[in-house]
Amino acid sequence: MATYLEFIQQNEERDGVRFSWNVWPSSRLEATRMVVPLACLLTPLKERPDLPPVQYEPVLCSRPTCKAVLNPLCQVDYRAKLWACNFCFQRNQFPPAYTGISEVNQPAELMPQFSTIEYVVQRGPQTPLIFLYVVDTCLEEDDLQALKESLQMSLSLLPPDALVGLITFGRMVQVHELSCEGISKSYVFRGTKDLTAKQIQDMLGLTKSAMPMQQPRPAQAQEHSFISSRFLQPIHKIDMTLTDLLGELQRDPWPVTQGKRPLRSTGVALSIAVGLLEGTFPNTGARIMLFTGGPPTQGPGMVVGDELKVPIRSWHDIEKDNARFMKKATKHYEILANRTAANGHCIDIYACALDQTGLLEMKCCTNLTGGHMVMGDSFNTSLFKQTFQRIFSKDFNGDFRMAFGATLEVKTSRELKIAGVIGPCVSLNVKGPCVSENELGVAGTSQWKICGLDPTTTLGIYFEVVNQHNAPIPQGGRGAIQFVTQYQHSSTQRRIRVTTIARNWADAQSQLRHIEAAFDQEAAAVLMARLGVFRAESEEGPDVLRWLDRQLIRLCQKFGQYNKEDPSSFRLSDSFSLYPQFMFHLRRSPFLQVFNNSPDESSYYRHHFARQDLTQSLIMIQPILYSYSFQGPPEPVLLDSSSILADRILLMDTFFQIVIYLGETIAQWRKAGYQDMPEYENFKHLLQAPLDDAQEILQARFPMPRYINTEHGGSQARFLLSKVNPSQTHNNLFAWGQETGAPILTDDVSLQVFMDHLKKLAVSSAC
Amino acid sequence: MSQQGYVATPPYSQSQPGIGLSPPHYGHYGDPSHAASPPGMMKPAGPLGAATPGMMLPPGPAPPGSHQFGQNGAQASSHPSQRFPGPSPVNNVASSYAPYQPSPQSSYPSPVSTSSVTQLGNQLGAMQINSYGSSMAPSSQGPPGPPSAAAFQGPPRPPQPSILQPGSQVLPPPPTTLNGPGASSAPPTAQYQPPPLPGQTLGPGFPPQQANYGPQMAGAQLSYPGGFPGGPAQMAGPPQPQKKLDPDSIPSPIQVIENDRAIRGGQVYATNTRGQVPPLVTTDCVIQDQGNASPRYIRCTTYCFPCTSDMAKQAQIPLAAVIKPFATVPPNETPLYLVNHGETGPVRCNRCKAYMCPFMQFIEGGRRYQCGFCNCVNDVPPFYFQHLDHIGRRLDHYEKPELSLGSYEYVATLDYCRKNKPPNPPAFIFMIDVSYSNIKNGLVKLICEELKTVLEKLPKEEHEETSAIRVGFITYNKVLHFFNVKSNLAQPQMMVVTDVGEVFVPLLDGFLVNYQESQAVIHNLLDQIPEMFADSNENETVFAPVIQAGMEALKILFQPQTNVYDSLAKDCVAHGCSVTLFLFPSQYVDVASLGLVPQLTGGTLYKYNNFQMHLDSQQFLNDLRNDIEKKIGFDAIMRVRTSTGFRATDFFGGIFMNNTTDVEMAAIDCDKAVTVEFKHDDKLGEDSGALIQCAVLYTTISGQRRLRIHNLGLNCSSQLADLYKSCETDALINFFAKSAFKAVLHQPLKVIREILVNQTAHMLACYRKNCASPSAASQLILPDSMKVFPVYMNCLLKNCVLLSRPEISTDERAYQRQLVMTMGVADSQLFFYPQLLPIHTLDVKSTELPAAVRCSESRLSEEGIFLLANGLNMFLWLGVSSPPELIQGIFNVPSFAHINADTTLLPEVGSPYSQQLKMIMNIIQQKKPYSMKLMIVKQREQPEMVFRQFLVEDKGLYGGPSYVDFLCCVHKEICQLLN
Repeated sequence: MATYLEFIQQNEERDGVRFSWNVWPSSRLEATRMVVPLACLLTPLKERPDLPPVQYEPVLCSRPTCKAVLNPLCQVDYRAKLWACNFCFQRNQFPPAYTGISEVNQPAELMPQFSTIEYVVQRGPQTPLIFLYVVDTCLEEDDLQALKESLQMSLSLLPPDALVGLITFGRMVQVHELSCEGISKSYVFRGTKDLTAKQIQDMLGLTKSAMPMQQPRPAQAQEHSFISSRFLQPIHKIDMTLTDLLGELQRDPWPVTQGKRPLRSTGVALSIAVGLLEGTFPNTGARIMLFTGGPPTQGPGMVVGDELKVPIRSWHDIEKDNARFMKKATKHYEILANRTAANGHCIDIYACALDQTGLLEMKCCTNLTGGHMVMGDSFNTSLFKQTFQRIFSKDFNGDFRMAFGATLEVKTSRELKIAGVIGPCVSLNVKGPCVSENELGVAGTSQWKICGLDPTTTLGIYFEVVNQHNAPIPQGGRGAIQFVTQYQHSSTQRRIRVTTIARNWADAQSQLRHIEAAFDQEAAAVLMARLGVFRAESEEGPDVLRWLDRQLIRLCQKFGQYNKEDPSSFRLSDSFSLYPQFMFHLRRSPFLQVFNNSPDESSYYRHHFARQDLTQSLIMIQPILYSYSFQGPPEPVLLDSSSILADRILLMDTFFQIVIYLGETIAQWRKAGYQDMPEYENFKHLLQAPLDDAQEILQARFPMPRYINTEHGGSQARFLLSKVNPSQTHNNLFAWGQETGAPILTDDVSLQVFMDHLKKLAVSSAC
Repeated sequence: MSQQGYVATPPYSQSQPGIGLSPPHYGHYGDPSHAASPPGMMKPAGPLGAATPGMMLPPGPAPPGSHQFGQNGAQASSHPSQRFPGPSPVNNVASSYAPYQPSPQSSYPSPVSTSSVTQLGNQLGAMQINSYGSSMAPSSQGPPGPPSAAAFQGPPRPPQPSILQPGSQVLPPPPTTLNGPGASSAPPTAQYQPPPLPGQTLGPGFPPQQANYGPQMAGAQLSYPGGFPGGPAQMAGPPQPQKKLDPDSIPSPIQVIENDRAIRGGQVYATNTRGQVPPLVTTDCVIQDQGNASPRYIRCTTYCFPCTSDMAKQAQIPLAAVIKPFATVPPNETPLYLVNHGETGPVRCNRCKAYMCPFMQFIEGGRRYQCGFCNCVNDVPPFYFQHLDHIGRRLDHYEKPELSLGSYEYVATLDYCRKNKPPNPPAFIFMIDVSYSNIKNGLVKLICEELKTVLEKLPKEEHEETSAIRVGFITYNKVLHFFNVKSNLAQPQMMVVTDVGEVFVPLLDGFLVNYQESQAVIHNLLDQIPEMFADSNENETVFAPVIQAGMEALKILFQPQTNVYDSLAKDCVAHGCSVTLFLFPSQYVDVASLGLVPQLTGGTLYKYNNFQMHLDSQQFLNDLRNDIEKKIGFDAIMRVRTSTGFRATDFFGGIFMNNTTDVEMAAIDCDKAVTVEFKHDDKLGEDSGALIQCAVLYTTISGQRRLRIHNLGLNCSSQLADLYKSCETDALINFFAKSAFKAVLHQPLKVIREILVNQTAHMLACYRKNCASPSAASQLILPDSMKVFPVYMNCLLKNCVLLSRPEISTDERAYQRQLVMTMGVADSQLFFYPQLLPIHTLDVKSTELPAAVRCSESRLSEEGIFLLANGLNMFLWLGVSSPPELIQGIFNVPSFAHINADTTLLPEVGSPYSQQLKMIMNIIQQKKPYSMKLMIVKQREQPEMVFRQFLVEDKGLYGGPSYVDFLCCVHKEICQLLN
């Protein structure tokens, strides 16, 4: 058998799953002693170019409480045409279509390589995708212009039959009617008045009763489409209209006096968008795309008043309970988000402004519905433009990389229960035998709704081993988990993806080595980090850090090799060796540290952290640092101040930023223009290499990272300096003046200090 | 004006040619008993005077009249002001009686001789009407009527009757008013008093009278209960006999108008003399401002105020001014000068804030001036200093309009602007109801088409090329649609506001635009509106939110108000938003409520019942054009200042008042007048006179803030005769109409009519008692200046607003009520006494209007064609035997029978008749605020009924006495008062 590393990688590639433990402790007690919970990162729609979907319905276990999908782990009696469910052990008849199966003629779902399989099913009418643009007009002229161009560009990227709608807002909210010929028509709403869904629908004339009571029309359905079509039209029909409409879009005309913020009715605009879709296309894949250039300043959901002299809330204000509007606004957006999620729609927020825009309050709109959150300085930046363009990127099949209205159902074998999920989803509140009472994340259910997702959307799923210590599992027994994701594919097909995995059980006392060796420290770090971030969203920062520290110490105590009270004897095996370092960087990361970040930034970072896959998440926790020099090919180097050398070019990827940093000497060379001299072409290449690599990352990343090109002494160098481990600071002066790197002016502890403390605590018997 | 006017000449004796009343005719009316008060009495007038005050409440002293008093008192009390003073005098009776008796007897004899009433031959003379038809005398006994008329249960008044009877024929004339009754009734009077009750009750109870009236005239004297003691038998007998009073013998409005025209028409009237009575509104002349405001701007009920409030109460003549601050002046008169004092603004009295005007007296070599209004001595601001000449006048007297003219304008400084910010140019917002019915009947299309033309003619300052007025468009049915018509748009944009519960303006930029700049977009919009809603089947409409929206648009959004019309209107005014309504009702729409908004905001209400495109569109379009092109001022506040001794106490018109002095008008146009009533505070001096300054702060059509000042000086006199001499009947009627129409809201109609009648009688009785030369008690003597007052008053009383009849729709009454409230004197004159022109006698070569005839059926003839106009309606009445050549000439049809009356336009015939007629119609229509729809009425066809309502000298269709009857009634009242 291959190494665990290969196994893990293989599993990830096939199933999109990474478990913290790949051999499972067989009893509840032991499992809890493992410190890191049994959990996995699941990427439900991981791109599988090699996996063509099958065009039939999955076969389900007939036990009503189980309904697991037939999978390779099931035992099949080919002669009797029976199969035994591997979750509930129910014996099931194959459906008539399977009469021809035999050992040599197996349906795909029984083949081991199809532990993940996708079904295309025919259910309900196929409705085209819906894109509802909600556009802030309180923008600077060039910003608005850039946004308009981006929006017009996006029209060309949409599937031709997609329905589009447009709502603009500023002081008022305008719902544009797209069907009308002749003069353009819009419905206008006051930006200060919260309206119920019913009111909105009445006012837009979407309700039946609002229709004239004339002779009953023959075709109700027709009428329905008529109603909704006033605001949502197939793009191919109104392409020109909409392009013109966007072209004529003006800045919000209401005067903004000096010292005031423009009145921006984001809360009502979103409310109307939600109400509109709710009334017309419930449970149909739809994207509300909110483009905003500043904080909501009036009406429900306002985040800050219009007085510029009163700044928008900071973490400091929040800690002091000084954020007047926060609770109310958050409540407003939460209600909206929950309604949206209930209708299966998702909300994207594209917030571009130099100051905060209220993402803290609005974050639930994206986080609960699986929408995108994009934060930039201006709509007139490539960051926004390319990010936005990337929303509409297509996969190898030419389909959009987006899916809607997914429900994820998790089934476990008896020894396991589901503790909860952390990711862009809401609970569907489906209780069942496999739901644990021990809650982690969004819990208390075995099904979740993910209204918007893409191939990288990744959920952290936490389990609890419930097998009792005194009920040993038979030798060779395996625990199984099945993930069933039903969703609306971007082609509007309904699809079901089923992933069934199994892992071996091991007795933690006798086979701890096995378990230890099967520890996936990367997955574990990300899963623990998600837990930490989830807690941080609701708890005080320091408590979360303390909790993380304690977990780390306990883990080291459990799996470290040491002599008691002798820190220098402390060792960790390979499978754990990186874990403390991840934790060190996690503690310093913007996901847990709010210092130097605005509440909006924190929300933004956390948003992405809670939905990215393992690799990206790891980059977020511990940025990658590459070094370029004449000494050899680029190499990854320690994220440490000692890596900052004068004759190196560094490329740092923090996920949110790509930083290229020229060491002092390099910078001087460049300044001297050596790169332009033919005899120093190698220098030119050296300068070019990180740029090319950066481009490569930029091309693939969503959202577009902030691209920073800086050099020694540059002001932007702070992005690098704040990330590296401060192994040399002004405090440890012995390094001063040596050629071993750059001192960082900080009082933060360095990794070395952190490790020393960890060792000390781990070996101490005190705790 | 000559004194003769009201010196009653011995009436009977000289029966005037033509006008003489033949006493016999209405003998019975004369109520002998109450006929006249002896001169003697007059002197002791004390009681009378006392009485007047008493009228406020049941005067303690007057037990006898208690009944009446009770009533009056009640009314009076409910009426804080004296506007409708009840007939007070009666109570005095007791005291007054004594004198009576003696005189009567003596008087009696004379009556006989003077059987005929005399009217002064010339208008100058006081009108006297002998009220008692001598011949009828018999009937006259009627007074006690008790027996005969069940109606008048009143205690029999035996004595009198008897006496009267004899004189009966004479009765009426028994001119010696004093004696006549007195004598006869001397004893009775005592008894009388009680009896008057019935009579009186009658009097006040006008309505019942009406009922009686008709019949009375017809046959019986019954009606006049109190009157004649005559035995029932007589009553019975005489009924028929009495001939009608010859209408020609009673004062004719036409005559009065023509006379004034003859004397003053076409002349220059200079306003240099304080207290001079201007020509009638019906007289064309050139007015030259020489220190007092032109009567076009201000007209007073009297140009001589009584010096004391006692006097005022005695006469009960309302002291009021009808102010039309934006009145149009004909091109041959000088427009208002504009005074600009730059940043310092107008010069004003420090104490009362009156503006610099000819009434300011400069003293101390020009360094100070004394305010004519409050007498405060102010320093002349240095920049304004000027030396005085030898007569104490500033050297620049004639260079500064504010020193030498009655009317002028000031440029207002920022202090006079809302929030100290210069106003925006005004805006017109057109709000079009696009609900199903309006689309279907083509109205929307009509309006949209017309707007294209009308918008070209938005009012503008004379020196400017284009109008500064911005325009905006809203259509509405159940929801509101706003339109963005910004000039740079290729297409207008529609914005729908569905939140009608809390309406707001959805756009800022592009809603109100300059028409010239956005012309293309606007035309595009107007073309599209009818189509856009073509398939609308929305029947429901909202209204209040519509206005609110318009207002919001103007004020740029503040907190909203409830949409109750009243507070809505208030809000509108507060934000300078005037609302003009064009209503096209096909059913009850509650004009009273809707109309509140235009009324309080200085807007206009137009109503087209059962609008039919082919009949009514012309009228509507004319109104629309006219309304938009009118000269108008916005966001106005008017303040009327007076010299010491009196002050403005009440205001009527399309106004809104937050306090007791500031008259707020969201807009005021050239047709709107505000009537202001004055009351004494103190004594007025004959020397200083009574000065009035009306200042209107407003925003011009180009968005300038201005002050328009009108100054008027009136005389004061301690002689009642002077007061009566200076009365202006048209203004009086304007005042009475407005005050009565205002009272309609909180008083029963019956009470209002009673008050009007009583006050009429009182005013005339007071004159009779104090100013007229002695004459027979039974004689009706009218002051020259008020000769036609009774007939006009009767017209007012018969107006549908004051009559509640099921046949008259509530909406129509509310509509007319509202119209009258803002009318100027000329309009109200025409409204209450329509112009009736004979067409069949047209001289096709003349460009003059034919002489009008009196509004009575008796003036029509089967062979005639008549044109009648009252400012709202126009009728072409065709007698059955109209000359065919005329019919051919006008209608291009061979005969009467061929005429199609179902049209509002005369065919284009091109004949001289036709052209002449059209020219006349144009002249009549000119300068009238409302376009008159022409109705063609053929004699003896159904529609004639409508027409007849306008023959106001005749008995009303819906009740209301004829002129003659009313005159008699008034006379009777007067007699009662004098007794």
